[in-house]
Amino acid sequence: MGKVRKGVEVSIAIADAVTQANVDLIAAYPITPQTHIVEHLAEIVANGELDAEFIPVESEHSAMSVCCGSSAVGARTFTSTSSQGLALMSEIFFIAAAMRLPMVMALANRSLSSPLSIWNDHSDVMMVRDAGWIHIFVENGQETYDNIFCAFRMSEDPDVLLPVAVNLDGFILTHMIEPVEYEDDELIRQYLPEFKMKNTLHPDNPVSMGCFGMPEIYTETQMNREAGVRGSYPYILKAWGEWGKLTGRNYKPIETYRAEDAEYCIVTMGSYGGAAIEVVDTLRDEGEKVGAIKIRLWRPFPLDEFRKAALGKKYLIVIDRAISFGGPGGPVASELRSALYKKDGAPTMVNYVAGLAGRDVSPEDFRKIILEGRKKAQSGDTEGFTLYGLRG
Amino acid sequence: MAKPMDQITWQELEVGGVVIEIGNSVQYETGSWRSERPVVEKEKCIKCMFCWLYCPEACIHEAEEGHFEADLTYCKGCGICAAECPVKCITMISEEK
Amino acid sequence: MAKTSVSSPKNVERAEYFASGHRACQGCAEVLAVRLVLKALGKDTIVAMATGCMEIISSPLPLTSWKVPWIHNAFENPSAVISGCEAGMKAMMRKGKLPQKKINFVGMGGDGATADIGMGQLSGALERGHDMIYVCYDNEAYMNTGIQRSSCTPYGASTTTSPAGKKSIGQQTQKKNMVQIAVAHNIPYAATACPSFPFDLLDKVKRASEIEGPAYIHILSVCPTGWRIQPADAIKYGRLAVNSCVFPLYEVINGKYRITYKPSEKKLIPVSEYLNGQGRFRHLTDKEIEQIQAKVSHDYERILKLSEEG
Repeated sequence: MGKVRKGVEVSIAIADAVTQANVDLIAAYPITPQTHIVEHLAEIVANGELDAEFIPVESEHSAMSVCCGSSAVGARTFTSTSSQGLALMSEIFFIAAAMRLPMVMALANRSLSSPLSIWNDHSDVMMVRDAGWIHIFVENGQETYDNIFCAFRMSEDPDVLLPVAVNLDGFILTHMIEPVEYEDDELIRQYLPEFKMKNTLHPDNPVSMGCFGMPEIYTETQMNREAGVRGSYPYILKAWGEWGKLTGRNYKPIETYRAEDAEYCIVTMGSYGGAAIEVVDTLRDEGEKVGAIKIRLWRPFPLDEFRKAALGKKYLIVIDRAISFGGPGGPVASELRSALYKKDGAPTMVNYVAGLAGRDVSPEDFRKIILEGRKKAQSGDTEGFTLYGLRG
Repeated sequence: MAKPMDQITWQELEVGGVVIEIGNSVQYETGSWRSERPVVEKEKCIKCMFCWLYCPEACIHEAEEGHFEADLTYCKGCGICAAECPVKCITMISEEK
Repeated sequence: MAKTSVSSPKNVERAEYFASGHRACQGCAEVLAVRLVLKALGKDTIVAMATGCMEIISSPLPLTSWKVPWIHNAFENPSAVISGCEAGMKAMMRKGKLPQKKINFVGMGGDGATADIGMGQLSGALERGHDMIYVCYDNEAYMNTGIQRSSCTPYGASTTTSPAGKKSIGQQTQKKNMVQIAVAHNIPYAATACPSFPFDLLDKVKRASEIEGPAYIHILSVCPTGWRIQPADAIKYGRLAVNSCVFPLYEVINGKYRITYKPSEKKLIPVSEYLNGQGRFRHLTDKEIEQIQAKVSHDYERILKLSEEG
C-alpha cells in the first residue's frame, strides 16, 4: 500500500493498520462496537491480503488465552474487545501483562453492564487500570491508525515486553468516517522491526513460563513487574519520537492546548479532547483564560509531564467517563488529585462525570461544564464529583 | 544452579518470571520424604526394567553391576517398584533400621 | 490385547523429559503418566498446562521439572493457550519467520480443568481443528485443592464436597464421558489410557502425535492420596479399574471405536474388587455396589458394541 489519504471508518483503518503491521495471529470474538474491526480483518485474511492465522475463538477469555499462547511463541499478535468482553477476559488480561507477553489490543471503550449498554464510556478500561498494561488513548482516526504501529513498536521492544491497549471511544470513533493518511508499506517496514523475543516457547531452547510463586518470592516478581512498567516510559517516548521523525506526527504522554498562559484548564482523556479544543477557542474569544490538558498515556502514568502542565494553574476541571462507586471521585480525577498531592502550585480540582453510555455531550454542554466547574472551584465546592446532565 | 527461593532479588528474576534453567528441580532432593527405601537382591534382578518404567520419580537407573536400583537422593519410598517387580526382588525396608 | 509397537520397557525411550525433584505425592500415578506421555512425544513438544496438581508440583519458582518448553497461564485455558501456540507457530513457519519443524502442541489439564471449568475452551479448540493433542489427567476430583468433587468424580465416591453421609451416597451423579464429548466434535482421534498399561498409553500418544488435527486422550490417573489407597498400589488399582471394565481402554479413530484391551475371562473381575480397598468407596453398601456393577457392565457393553460395528 502506498501513502494515501482517505476517508475511512476508523474500525477499517485499524484493520488496515494491523494488515500493514504484518501481524501473524488475530484472535477474534465479536462484541459491539468492535465488530467491524474483526470482520474487516477476516475479509483481509480470507482474500490473502494478510498472511495471518485468524482464530475465531468461542469467548473473549479464550481470545486473550490464544493471544498469550501466540505471543509466547514469538508471533506478532492482535486482538480487540470492549466492555463485557474485557470483563470476561480480565483474568487473562492481568496474566498477559504479568507474564510480559507482547501484544496489541484495540480496546473500543464501552460501558459495563448492568444495565446492558453498547455505548461509549470508560468504565471498561478503568476496571483493568491496575493490570500492568500500557494504555494509550486516541482521539481521532489518524491517531488511531498511527498508534496501532506505535503500540506494536512499544510492546515488542526488548526493553519493554508489555501488552499495549489502544483505547478508542466505541461508536464515537469506531464507527466514524474520518480522514486518515495511510503511510506506505515501506515506511511501516522501516518503523516496525521483526518481533524477536529472547525467551519464547521453542524446542530448540526450552523454558518454563508461568511457574507458581510462593510468598518467599512473589513480592520480588511484582517489583520486577512494576520496574518493567515504569521502565517502559522512555521506550514509549522513543517509539513516538521515531514515528514523529518518519511521519511528522508527534505524540506525547500529555498534550496541552493553549494551556501555557491559561488560568485554568479542562482535563480530558479520549475523544472528548477534540471537543475540548473547540470549546477552549470559543471561551478564549469570550475572554476566558482557559486551556486544555489531554491525557494520552494513561499507564504508565506520566507524573512529571502532567505536573508540568498542571502546577501553577488555579483550577482544573477534570472530566471522567466512569464512576468509581463509593469512591472519592471519578477514577481519573482521583489519580490526578493524588499526582498533585502536596505539590507547590497544585490547582484546585473539580470533577465532572459526563457522557456515560455515550450520552451526548455537546459543545454547549462542555461550555457549561467548564464555566460551572470554574465557579465550583472558586467557591470551594470540590468534593466528590458532579454527574453532568443527571435528571433527578 | 538456582539460588534458594528466599534469597533471590527482584533484579535477578528473568522478565516475566520465566525459568530458563530447564529441569533444575533436581536441586530439590526429595529423598528426605521417605520412611522406607527399596533394597534390590541384585542376583535375582532380571533387568526387565519395569521398576524403571513405573517409577514416578524417574529415579531408577542401571547400576554398574547391571541391575536396576533407585537413586536415594530422590526416592520417596512409594513402594511401586517393589509391588510391580515381576520376580519380587525388591523389598521395602524401614529407614529407621 | 491389541498389539502395541513397544511391549518391553527395554524398548521405551530412555530420555527423561520430566526431571526428578518434583513434589508429587509418593506413588502418584498422574506424574508417572506425564512422564510416559512426554517419552512418547519426545523433545519437539510444547506443553500448555492448567493450574492443578501437575502444574504446582513441577514449577515452584525458580525451579522447574520440565525439560520441554512449557507454559502455565491459568486454570481453564490450556486448550486455548496451546491453540494460540499452534496457530502462531504455524503462521510464523509459513511466513518464513521460523524454519519448518514438526512440533507436538499439547494441552494438559486435570479432570476439573478439562471437564468443568475448561469445557467451553476445550470444545472451541476441538471445533477449530488445531493440530494439537489434549491430554486430560483424570484423578477423579480437584485433588490439588484438597479432594473436592468434579464432574469426573465417579458415582458413589466420597470427596470433600460430595461427602458420604447419612443422607448422601457421596457423588450423586455419573462420571461425565469426556471421550464421548470429544468424539462428538468429529475429531480424528480420541482415546482412553492408563499408565498401568504403559505400552498401550505410549502407542496412543504416539498415534495422536502422528494424526493431523485435534486428538483427545483421557488418562485415568490413580491418586493414592485422594482415593485413600497405599502409594505402592497405584499401578495395581489402575489395572483393577481396567480389568473390572470401570475404565475400558479404547480409541476412536475418525468416529470408529476400537477396544485396545479386552480383559480375558481370567483377568475380568467384578467391580467390587476395584471399589473395595479404596477409602473413598468404603461407605458403599452391597446393594449400591450392585447398582454400580450394573451401570459399568451396561456402559462396557456399549463400547463393545460400538467396537464391533467398526
